[in-house]
Parts: sequence; C-alpha cells; structure tokens
Amino acid sequence: MNSFVEKIKKVDPRDAKLGMAHFYVAFIGLFIGGMAGLLQTLVRSGQFTLPAGIGYYQLLTLHGVVLALVMTTYFIMGFQLVSVSRTAGTLTNKQRNTGWVGFWLMTIGTVMAAVMILLNEASVLYTFYAPLQAHALFYIGLTLVIVGSWVSGSAIIMAYVAWRRKNPGQPSPLLTFMSLVNTLMWIVATIGVASTVLFQLLPWSLGLVERVDVAISRTLFWYFGHPLVYFWLLPAYMAWYVVVPKIIGGKIFSDSLARLSFILFLLFSIPVGFHHQLMEPGIDPAWKFLQVVLTFMVIIPSLMTAFSLFATFETFGRSKGATGLFGWLKKLPWGDARFLIPFIGMLSFIPGGAGGIINASNQMNQVIHNTIWVTGHFHLTVATAVILTFFGISYWLIPHLTGRTLTKAMNKLAILQGVLWAIGMTFMSGAMHFAGLLGAPRRSAYSEYGGAAQAAEWVPYQIAQAVGGSILFIAIILVLYIFINLAFFAPKGEEEFPVGEAANTTEKAPMILENWKLWLGIVVLLIAFAYTIPFIDLIENAPIGSKGYKLW
Amino acid sequence: MHIHKFEKIWLIFGVTTLLVFLSVIGVSAFYLGNQPPSCLATINPEKVDTTAPFDKPGLNKVEGKEWDYELVYVASAFNYTPGEVEVPLGAKVKVLATTKDVVHGFNVAGTNINMMLEPGYISEYVTTFDKAGEYLIVCNEYCGAGHHMMSSMIKVVE
Repeated sequence: MNSFVEKIKKVDPRDAKLGMAHFYVAFIGLFIGGMAGLLQTLVRSGQFTLPAGIGYYQLLTLHGVVLALVMTTYFIMGFQLVSVSRTAGTLTNKQRNTGWVGFWLMTIGTVMAAVMILLNEASVLYTFYAPLQAHALFYIGLTLVIVGSWVSGSAIIMAYVAWRRKNPGQPSPLLTFMSLVNTLMWIVATIGVASTVLFQLLPWSLGLVERVDVAISRTLFWYFGHPLVYFWLLPAYMAWYVVVPKIIGGKIFSDSLARLSFILFLLFSIPVGFHHQLMEPGIDPAWKFLQVVLTFMVIIPSLMTAFSLFATFETFGRSKGATGLFGWLKKLPWGDARFLIPFIGMLSFIPGGAGGIINASNQMNQVIHNTIWVTGHFHLTVATAVILTFFGISYWLIPHLTGRTLTKAMNKLAILQGVLWAIGMTFMSGAMHFAGLLGAPRRSAYSEYGGAAQAAEWVPYQIAQAVGGSILFIAIILVLYIFINLAFFAPKGEEEFPVGEAANTTEKAPMILENWKLWLGIVVLLIAFAYTIPFIDLIENAPIGSKGYKLW
Repeated sequence: MHIHKFEKIWLIFGVTTLLVFLSVIGVSAFYLGNQPPSCLATINPEKVDTTAPFDKPGLNKVEGKEWDYELVYVASAFNYTPGEVEVPLGAKVKVLATTKDVVHGFNVAGTNINMMLEPGYISEYVTTFDKAGEYLIVCNEYCGAGHHMMSSMIKVVE
C-alpha cells in the first residue's frame, strides 16, 4: 500500500481544479461572513449603527449562513475530494463529474439563500427556528446546498469503494478512510435537517399547509446541529493526525487508533442533539440525561486524539536529541506556518473542549444557555481550532493545487495572521465568556434594556468584543491576501501535499474498522435508542401547530 | 491493535474522570432534583389569554402547594406580561411562562432561571428568591426585529 501511495504524490490537475472551485467559494464566503461579523461586534459595542437600512439580524443571518453552513461545507468538501484523490488515486471521470454536479447544486442553492437574505426575506438566522417563516426560496436554497453535499459525498464514497475493490483485504489509505467517515456522518446527520425543511418548513412556507409543529422541527434540526460541529472538526483532525506529523518530520503515532477514534466520532456524534435542547419543554428530563451521557462519550476519542498528537510531537523531538521533560517542545518547527497555525488551533481546542463539557452538562447549561458564552465557546472551537487548521491546510494545499509555492515572505505573513487571530480571539471570545456568565444574551443587537443596571455591566465586555473582532478582521484580510497570492501570483513550483506515515508500518489496521455494515448498524441502533421514544412522545402529545410569523 | 502503555494509563484516567463527572451530574439531576426545565404540559398558543393560569399574569399567592407563589408570564413579540413585578425576599416561587407567537427565551440574568418558551408548551421552574435586588429578564432566543428590546424586571424586596 505504501509504495502505491508513494507513486502518486501530486493531485491530478483535473481534481485540483475541482478542489480549487470549492476553495474560491469558501474564501469569498470568509470575506463576506467576516465583514458581517466585524459589523456585528461594532454594533454591539453601542458606538456604531448600521447604514443603509441593513438590519442587525439580517447581518447575523448572513454571518451564520455564510460561515457556518457555506464556507465550512465548501472547504471540507474540497479538502476531502482532493485528499481522496491524493491518497486513493486520481478520481475517475464519473467520480469527478459527480463532484462537479455536487458543487454546482451547492452553488445554486447558496446563491438562492443569499439573495433571499439580502432582500431581507429570510432574517431567521442560520438555525431558522419555526414559526419564524422565511421565504420559500431560502429553504429551497438550503436544501440544494445539502443535496449538493450529498452528491459530492457520493463521489467520495464511489472512490473509496473503487479503491477497496482494487485492493481487497487492504485497509484503505488513512486520509481516504477519514474522509469517508466524515462523509457518512454528514449524510446520516443531514437527513434530520433535510426532513424538517422538506416535509415541514417548505410546504408551510409555500402555503400548502397552514401550521408547523415547532418542537418536532427543532428536534430534527438539532439531530443535525450537533454532528454539524463534528463535520467541521473531523477534517481538522485529519490534518492533525495525518498532515501535521509529516510537516514536522515525524510519524503518525498509530494508524489503527486514529481510525478507531474516527469510528467513535461516527458513533457518538449523532444521538446527542438534546443537549442543545436541555432548557426546552416537551422533552422528558430522563431522555435529556441519556443524550448528555452519549454526548460525553466523544470525550474518549478526543482524549485519544490529544494523546496521539502530543506523542507524535514528543517522539519527534526526542528523535532529534531533545532531553528533559519538555525539551522536545524546542525541536518543533515554530517558524513553519503549516505547523504553527494548526498548532494554535489545537491549543484553543483545550479551553474549547472544556467549555463544551460545561455546555452539555444539564445543570451548568442552565447558567449559560443562549447567553453569549455559547457564542464565545464556538468561536474557540469552530472559529479558531477548526478555521485556523483550515488556514494552515490552505497554506500548502492552495499552492499544491495551483502549481505554486509558499514563499518565505508569505510564510511570515501567515504566522502573523495566526498570531493576530489568537490575540483577537482571546479578546473577543474571552469577553463573550465573561459577559455570558453575567447573563448577556447571544444573538442580540445592542440594547440598554431600559437602563437596567445588569445590562450596563455587559457594555465593557461588548467593547472588548469589538476590539477583538477588529483584530480578527485584520487577520482575515491577511488570509485573503495570502490566498490570492497562492492562487494567482506566487512563484511557480512544487509545494508538497504532506501525508504522514505510521510509526509502525508493520502493524496493519484491523479490517473490522472498515466494516460499514457493522458501524452504520450501530449508528442506527444508537440513534433509534436515543430518539425513538422521546420523538413519539413529541408527536403523540403535540399541541396545535403554529402559523408562520415574519417579525423582522 | 496495539495500545501504548502510557495511552492506556491516560485513557483509564480519562474515562474514570468522565464516569465520576457523569455520576455527579446524574445524582444532582435524579437524587437532588436539579433537572432542567422540562415541563410536559401543552396549551393552545392562540388561547393563552383565556387559559388558566395565563389569564392572570403576575405574582399570585397559592395555598397547599410546595411553593408559596406562582409567577406567571405571557411572552409575545416583543414583550413580557407583566413588565415588572415585586417578589418578597425568601419566597419560594414557581415561575410559569408561555408564548403566544414565536419561540422566545426567558432568562433571569445572572440566575439559574433560564428556559425556552415554545408555542404550544408551558415552561416552568421552581426557585427561591433569596437575594434582594433587581433582576433583569431578557429574551435570549431570537424572535424578530425587536428581540433585543424584549425584557422584564423582577424586584426582590424585603
């Protein structure tokens, strides 16, 4: 297998083009979403009002949809497609064309949703909770994004199946395996949001049905909403497990354990949506607790990941002659943006993960639910750990795909970008966490709440958020500058697509890890266990449904 | 599959900590009764104003229950009824709330009273107001253009 991987070092130009198409959209999304985010923090500081009749919640909808749904999905699909092409071999024409169909479906959907947001027909935020009712075209647009991602995902599945057929009895290449796991999780998870959009919200927004069941819709949304965050996270883990070891010159700590941790994420990412609904009526607390327990199971693969990464770092450092307890830290390539930027992301995942444990605990959730603490939390996880890793990936992947190189000057700029991000996010996310503990709500424009003393206490934190948000926006400008350089202007050359090798190449990963009937079977059983009874309860005891409201 | 000795120690330590943590949450929830608000009662959201107890929003003294008062709120875009209420210090209160239109939040800032209000459902939480002062209630779920103006006030007085 290894010799096979060695032969195909470079992504085929036709696959590179497909990947780049995804990255162009992702980085345009980053600019639009980042701009919206900057304006939001400025509004919340109380020092700035939006011009030209733009609504705060219109902007917030744009920020959420463009960054949480569009930018991430495009980057991930692009990264996974080229990772499969790099490790399992060039895509066949059929697979590549399937990827393109997926890309265009997603793009048509994105444009439809964006137009509706800009026309102020869909200021319902990216969670679009009923009975706030957006224009039907907004729901159709989001459906196309999801269906498009299924089509792209099927290209990955086809490539995986073809590789397995060609290499019977062999474990698949690690990056291909991981891309497949994430794709399978995404498909199982998006069935929830697709169901509520297609069977509830769309007919209701078209006027075909008058009422919608709000609790069912929310439950279907959150069945999708939590695996969504793992869909963002797992590609970052792909880079941490497989790419970063190669960049530093080390080895993957254990190929089998990396696969096992991905399987555990597949199992425990989905049957856990109730921890987003802990404060809601209509769901029995025993079922909420059960899903809290299942939520915490992902701590096990997270601990495995943390161990593996730092074991790789330490083993590498010691192989370079490091001594003492922490001497190996000095041997790491701190001046290499391809390492440093994802590493900052890894560090931010420590407080991010700890915050997640707080959020998912029934009692502590009561203190922070829907406060701006939560916003602070996911700006550490998705908007630092994940996004910085995506930037770190871009700094070698974009030139690899465009046949250019990351110059020393761009590497320096990339390091500056990462450091600025860390500083900006410390201000913004830190202030959000503190203000949240005092009760400041998330998803709210600036308000003095009738001069309430408590609300006045939140203002200094909101100003700190604006300072952090401004620093982050400067970092985004740098990212875009580097992206444009790497896509169009950097010197021609060969930039490596780093794929690590396992420390122990004689140990073959157990084939049971590729038994999808088994794992998907367990996934279905866990979901059925966690959801069937409470879902039937919601249907049986449902109150009269809600008519639509357009309150913006 | 080979697992390194140190990784085994790390995972055993981690999983043990996890079990202890989950036990603490479980005991707190099921033995001490610290459950999140999970009322299962439903209501017709279009008839809230004529359905007891929401026909009488505000603080109502009750007899023969585990709590002394019921504090009843009706939420609709973009306000709560009542807009201000005085609660005697030390009173054990059951807070009941529902919404007439879209989903709203109900967070008494800086306290553990934090519930989602969903059309068709009643949300409730029993608490004791044991510290005097002014407590701001904010809507913490987006409900429309006036979402950030939606608030109420609880004054805990001696």
